[in-house]
Amino acid sequence: MAQSSQATGGLTSIPALLQRNATLYAEKSAYREKEFGIWQTWTWAETEKEIEALALGLINLGVNEGDFIAIIGRNRPYFYFAMAAAQSVGAVPVPVYNDSAADEMEYILGHCGARYAIVEDQEQVDKIIEIQEHLHQFEHMIYIDPRGMRKYDHHALHEYSHIQAQGRAAYDEFITDLKARREKLTYDDTCVMLYTSGTTGKPKGVVLSNRNVIESAKNSAEFDNLGAGEEILSYLPMAWVGDFIFSLGQAYWCGFCVNCPESADTMMTDLREIGPTYYFAPPRIFETQLTSVMIRMEDAGNLKRKMFHYFMAHAKKVGGKILDGKPVGAMDRLKYALGDVFVYGPLKDTLGFGRVRVGYTAGEAIGPEIFEFYRSLGINLKQLYGQTEATVFITVQPDGEVRADTVGVPAPDVEIRIEDNGEIYYRSPGVFVEYYNNPESTASTKDAEGWVATGDAGFFEPDSGHLRIIDRAKDVGKMADGSMFAPKYVENKLKFYPDILEAVLFGNGKEKCVAFINIDLTAVGNWAERNNVAYASYQELAGHPKVLDTIQSHVEAVNESVAQDPMLSGCQIHRFLVLHKELDADDGEMTRTRKVRRVIVADKFNDLVEGLYDGSTTVSTKTEVTYEDGRKGSISATLDLRDAKVFPTASKVAAE
Amino acid sequence: MSTQESYVTEDGRTIGPTVMEMKNITLRFGGVKAITDISFDIREGEIRAIIGPNGAGKSSMLNVISGFYVPQEGEVWYKGKKRPPMRPYQVAQQGIARTFQNIALFEGMTVLDNVMTGRIRQMTSGVFAQAIWKGKAEKEEVENREFVEKIIDFLEIQAIRKTPVGRLPYGLKKRVELARALAAEPSILLLDEPMAGMNVEEKEDMSRFILDMNDEFGTTIALIEHDMGVVMDLSDRVVVMDYGKKIGDGTPDEVRNNQEVIDAYLGVAHD
Repeated sequence: MAQSSQATGGLTSIPALLQRNATLYAEKSAYREKEFGIWQTWTWAETEKEIEALALGLINLGVNEGDFIAIIGRNRPYFYFAMAAAQSVGAVPVPVYNDSAADEMEYILGHCGARYAIVEDQEQVDKIIEIQEHLHQFEHMIYIDPRGMRKYDHHALHEYSHIQAQGRAAYDEFITDLKARREKLTYDDTCVMLYTSGTTGKPKGVVLSNRNVIESAKNSAEFDNLGAGEEILSYLPMAWVGDFIFSLGQAYWCGFCVNCPESADTMMTDLREIGPTYYFAPPRIFETQLTSVMIRMEDAGNLKRKMFHYFMAHAKKVGGKILDGKPVGAMDRLKYALGDVFVYGPLKDTLGFGRVRVGYTAGEAIGPEIFEFYRSLGINLKQLYGQTEATVFITVQPDGEVRADTVGVPAPDVEIRIEDNGEIYYRSPGVFVEYYNNPESTASTKDAEGWVATGDAGFFEPDSGHLRIIDRAKDVGKMADGSMFAPKYVENKLKFYPDILEAVLFGNGKEKCVAFINIDLTAVGNWAERNNVAYASYQELAGHPKVLDTIQSHVEAVNESVAQDPMLSGCQIHRFLVLHKELDADDGEMTRTRKVRRVIVADKFNDLVEGLYDGSTTVSTKTEVTYEDGRKGSISATLDLRDAKVFPTASKVAAE
Repeated sequence: MSTQESYVTEDGRTIGPTVMEMKNITLRFGGVKAITDISFDIREGEIRAIIGPNGAGKSSMLNVISGFYVPQEGEVWYKGKKRPPMRPYQVAQQGIARTFQNIALFEGMTVLDNVMTGRIRQMTSGVFAQAIWKGKAEKEEVENREFVEKIIDFLEIQAIRKTPVGRLPYGLKKRVELARALAAEPSILLLDEPMAGMNVEEKEDMSRFILDMNDEFGTTIALIEHDMGVVMDLSDRVVVMDYGKKIGDGTPDEVRNNQEVIDAYLGVAHD
């Protein structure tokens, strides 16, 4: 078919890149999805056809330029097609977390005034039908999976494939219009709108322009030498900026292949089958994988286990150095090569990391042990620091300069400055346009010169030039005695223990710090099985005295380590408790990206915080919980509150 | 309404004419009467439930339908013809598939292989052809695998495709058994206590699958169930049995208001 005239000119939009790829990489795989047990593939030429058919169908349905189209579903090629189709007709795609409850969706769809939604299945259709009457602008819904929906009123409800068929049928009628709309797109037009989860308050719609997305994709691809040959696995929420950049921005810029898992549960199997070359995961995924490897090694035969531990000890010594290209003795290299044959290679294959050339983790601090484990295996795992407002990239770690405790140097074209209070500001081509319909928030975040406040506090290490993040700037507070209170710093130390899933520290303006702790059911459950500890529920396991003893030892070890830092020594945990329920996004205690909402937790479990401060040894409490289908229930529990040993500050010890 | 005319239910499904009819069935084990003179019909496309207290003869009834038991008296009519006494495999060949109350799967085989066994009726190539894996046998395997994959997708068991059944929890085994029965493309699917031993969430999932199966594939379903709530929500019509006798038959509402049924469930002394 005829190509857009922009394909050869300036590549200023995703649809323009699509036209280029359809010619340049016509027969190369663009998207894959495992369905019915087989990987189904779309080449770039086929992708272009799919998107064109959908775009024509959208015009046929009455989509106007500037309309917002909500995209709600798990990672599937159809949704990536939908985003590009929306852009092709001049509309703005708004991906929404598919596990959001109906009222969260109502807020987002209402806020942007979406007229259309493209959703996955009956579950999402039902949610939207439930909120539809509150959404005045909302008109049509398009779904992909027709299962269970034959009996629905199809007045304003359409099947994805039908929309495409209508689009193909109306080709002659609308193709001129489609081309005109596509060619009108400039660098300044909106590429996508992403709602930030927001640890406080309502979500904000971050408007990203084509310039933001394409420049960021280009810079980051050049930084890591990404090419058309990369394979990635897309499994992180589509509403998250990272997925948009990896699976759309960079994929379109480089022309590489995006693979979508069969279902959320098969992600690990699919990862192994694809063997991505470029991989991204939040620390949590790396932790889970490491935990499962360790559990399985404990169950393995004696010989295997010994071999594993022997070679892992060696990898720990030299693996990271070899990866960084530092000098390592010939014998050590030989032993490492041997280990690669027997242990590291097979293990990487099992984990699905056999081909990873560039791997990233971000979003939260990663435990040094976990980070070193993967790097010692020869996996080039790095950290980056980013935000939706920056179109991801603020700092990245260059190859060979990777450390667990920093987030790297400024990404290409990014300027960074640090205010007196420690808050980090940046300016880059990726800086967002605005918060949609929210000029006050835009003004308070981005100044006239384009500097954006990250809300994070940190500093540059003088010798290496790497950035270190301490905590959220607004979370950093002062204890009653004036010393610094940096909760995240301590929580991260706690979370590095496999037994601890989540921790929340309190103590701003108080004499001393106290903490809530969530146990990790997989790790602690396995321990319980091993030690013949019987339990019937999460709650019972969480309250088991032996579990409390273990957690107490972790807390005390963290206190000892915190005491080493004179600046933060005041943040040692004096008392703690293990919560009777897991903190959950459905209950509003966490964001959808699983960041703790500190204020809400403090408010909801107010009685427990008070208990920790007034010295009581047990507290009975009742907590409301929300089930996945939106129903509410409550659980009651009596919790043990424990004292933990605190340590004198390191400098004081030295003085004594 | 006449049993031969199609009608459309409130939720838009078409219920066809009678596909199976039990006429005056009596089943005895020695001197014990398990079923006494029971008649009822199953219509195409409907969800038909058989309920009753413990020992009412529900499973015996299902076993009569599936050919495990041959009744001493009475006739079974299937698709307009009187069915002669048959072996269970012959009944299966006629398009009647079932699941069991106490799961009967091949524990050492993977989920995929278990479900594939449901396709045996559709495979016509000989043992030899299958062994050398040529021509027709290969084509058949591919087609059957495709069909099975659609069912795996439908019942959302992709993640356990390659897992040996013995390693699965109870609720999932039930789902695999259902998948195997569905793989046979049955015209009537018999479910023996599909919700037994399940928690609320598993029950909700299973109900969803039963409704979707009926809706998407138009499968006629006859099920035995203990859980009254589930039965009343799912079924189009319900047969109620007590002590081997039929004491009620009709829509869930009719049955719910039937005094005999209420007595049977709440417990009234039998003379």
